[in-house]
Amino acid sequence: MVTVELDKVDEIIDRYVGEEGILIQLLLDIQSELNWIPKEALERISERLKIPVSQIYRIASFYKAMSLTPRGRHIVNVCLGTACHVRGGPRIMDRAKQILGIDAGETTPDMKFTLERVNCLGCCALGPVVVVDRDYHGKITPAKVKEIIETCD
Amino acid sequence: MPKLNSATELEELRQDILSKRDPNKRCIAICAGTGCLALGCGKVITAFKEEVRKQGLEGKIDIRETGCPGFCENGTVVTIYPEGIFYIKVMPEDATEIISQTIIEKKVIERLLYVDPATNEKVVHEKDVPFYKYQTRILIGNNSKLDPKSMDDYIALGGYSALAKALSHMTPEQVLEEVKKSNIRGRGGGGFPAGRKWESVRNAPGEPKYVIVNCDEGDPGAFMNRALMEGNPHSVLEGLTIGAYAIGSHEGFIYVRAEYPLAVENVGIAIRQAEEYGLLGENIFGSGFDFKVKVHRGAGAFVSGESSALMTAIEGRVGEPRPKYVHTSEKGIWDSPSCLNNVETWANVPLIINNGADWFDSIGSERNTGTKIFSLVGKVNNTGLVEVPLGTSLQHIIYKIGGGIPGGKKFKAVQTGGPSGGCIPEKFLDAPVDYDELAKLGAIMGSGGMIVMDEDTCMVDTARYFLDFLADESCGKCTPCREGIRQMLGILTDICEGRGKEGDIELLEELAEVVKDTSLCALGGTAPNPILTTLRYFRDEYKAHIEQKKCPTFVCKELTSYYIDPAKCEACLICLRNCPVGAIDGGKGKIHVIDQSKCTKCGTCFDICPDRFNAIARISGEPVPPPPSEEERVVVRVEK
Ligand SMILES: Cc1cc2nc3c(=O)[nH]c(=O)nc-3n(C[C@H](O)[C@H](O)[C@H](O)COP(=O)(O)O)c2cc1C
Ligand code: FES
Repeated sequence: MVTVELDKVDEIIDRYVGEEGILIQLLLDIQSELNWIPKEALERISERLKIPVSQIYRIASFYKAMSLTPRGRHIVNVCLGTACHVRGGPRIMDRAKQILGIDAGETTPDMKFTLERVNCLGCCALGPVVVVDRDYHGKITPAKVKEIIETCD
Repeated sequence: MPKLNSATELEELRQDILSKRDPNKRCIAICAGTGCLALGCGKVITAFKEEVRKQGLEGKIDIRETGCPGFCENGTVVTIYPEGIFYIKVMPEDATEIISQTIIEKKVIERLLYVDPATNEKVVHEKDVPFYKYQTRILIGNNSKLDPKSMDDYIALGGYSALAKALSHMTPEQVLEEVKKSNIRGRGGGGFPAGRKWESVRNAPGEPKYVIVNCDEGDPGAFMNRALMEGNPHSVLEGLTIGAYAIGSHEGFIYVRAEYPLAVENVGIAIRQAEEYGLLGENIFGSGFDFKVKVHRGAGAFVSGESSALMTAIEGRVGEPRPKYVHTSEKGIWDSPSCLNNVETWANVPLIINNGADWFDSIGSERNTGTKIFSLVGKVNNTGLVEVPLGTSLQHIIYKIGGGIPGGKKFKAVQTGGPSGGCIPEKFLDAPVDYDELAKLGAIMGSGGMIVMDEDTCMVDTARYFLDFLADESCGKCTPCREGIRQMLGILTDICEGRGKEGDIELLEELAEVVKDTSLCALGGTAPNPILTTLRYFRDEYKAHIEQKKCPTFVCKELTSYYIDPAKCEACLICLRNCPVGAIDGGKGKIHVIDQSKCTKCGTCFDICPDRFNAIARISGEPVPPPPSEEERVVVRVEK
């Protein structure tokens, strides 16, 4: 990992020094800053906050919002919550897998896309829903998935 | 902003805000909730602002970005006040017309009105839309009246007056008594009486005491809490503060799931505003009562919504449940007495304090008081949030408010209570929806998810879906849940994929009993519910899958084939061009044929084949007819 990123990690740790119960919040901040949580970041937190790496690793590996492998530049989230499921979410997911050539949870070799499954984004009335990065797309059809993915640069 | 030191100062501020507001001033309220965001309301808002500027109307009309009023299906929804003119599916390009026609010329634009599918009549005013008219919107109704980022909007509506009343005129014991008397039950799913929980935390030995808002809303298909948290965060904060006062707590947490970034943002703003106005912090309203609140973001784990798991997460550790021989009301966060309630439970508290327990108790049914917000989604015409008194019938919710099933399809079941809930069939549509009645049917009311399923939904697949969800979300700490769910999922998957065998149903039932009785927390304890209710009401569907390898609804891919009926195919090339895997052979004037070995059963051809041909057939439980011979594939067109 390049030093610039470690600086960012340090900056985030600085925000929390001296507070209790912050580990999850801190890891979430690192995740959103770097898009993943590198091993070096875990070690840095351990070193500075005097928390065993094992404990930090346990959290980072438990939660879905945290990733211990690098993720693509665009995150494609397909909702498979109940409401989206009954309205054809699985077909959207199949189509996305086919277009990207990867399974849910994987990243394309060119690091452009990561495909993820989520269980409800809270806009169930518009199902099926796909979120690319932070843009929500409602009432999606298999044909629209292609369009959305193709407009990402 | 100087801090408010008393109830009188709050009232003075309110009067001051109101005096600066002209009740007749036109206001364009645009929904900016996550649902409408998904439909592009951001651009609509920009277009309106731009138009107001262009027409030199700045200061003459207000544009209010509101929270979610619940009618998401029809977003972006725009309401023009004071008349309450209600426009749906508004696009950015409609802004010019709305301003020049409706705002300036006071004319209604017909094409943007909602058409009641039952009567085919256009509805002009928000209050007359059936979706709203048959609801009792005491909680969610405020969402369209305020900008969630504006403290003044909340105060103008009488916000924080309940807190002022509690702190200035009531003792903590009186507040507690009032909440107990209201008989409100927790809205997060369990339905435990909130007043009793508060009392046990208050009486539990040990300091400090904590109060917590549960906005984990892990139940897929439910978004009531999101709408309240995003749309009216101050109401939750006010309720929490009142609760803290009654319980004797000085520190609170708001736990919000990671998937709700806008809720995190809006509640963060609300906390800062409340601190500025002195409604959080030290010596609130000069009463000597101190209270502070922190937001804790979840990180994507369904089980973390369970009370002991959530508290462990707030401590910064992995959010897993622990055995319940010690209650969290005695030993919760850092082993201190902690009171956890759902967002909606807290949001009801200011209403109870302002209007009195008797008023609250008069709404709803026996032992089920107040209203409840449901997320009415799936195969129903008007999807969105529905608030009704507890005890309202399913029929009323799904047909009167929801407008029935779209596309002339038949109702099959409604799934309530999320992954711990069950599927209720048509014959119980008259059942009143409350904690006790739905439990009698083997489902639960849960936190308010209500997913309507039509005749195209496969019930075995539905059970498999929930078990798959739960297998993924089980934290793995206890064996019955971890292994039991996986085994049940395996059997269901086999049934859905054509490997079902005799005895599977009995084995499922046996496993279900064990997992139910022996799991550590309610995740495992309720995990078999989706299987048990579908078995109870739709056993024949299981049998068809197992005995005839047939999925009656054509949902289970492995049991379904697509076939082009040569007698109906007009060789129009539409399906051929759209098949994503190139499995369709044919040409101009040559009847199309699906190569069964290439077909991925995505159903695109079935959807896309023009209705006038209707040539694609779905087949399950019987062999696919052989393709026609080459000679038979020539389309003979009859000249008209
Ligand atoms: C697996 C599991 C997940 C839960 N998720 C939530 C949730 O997302 N939101 C919620 O309010 N309660 C959830 N609960 C219920 C909580 O444990 C708790 O009963 C509730 O927050 C108490 O608030 P109430 O009394 O106001 O309902 C969950 C329970 C279990 C077992
Ligand atoms: S189920 Fe997909 S957004 Fe809720």
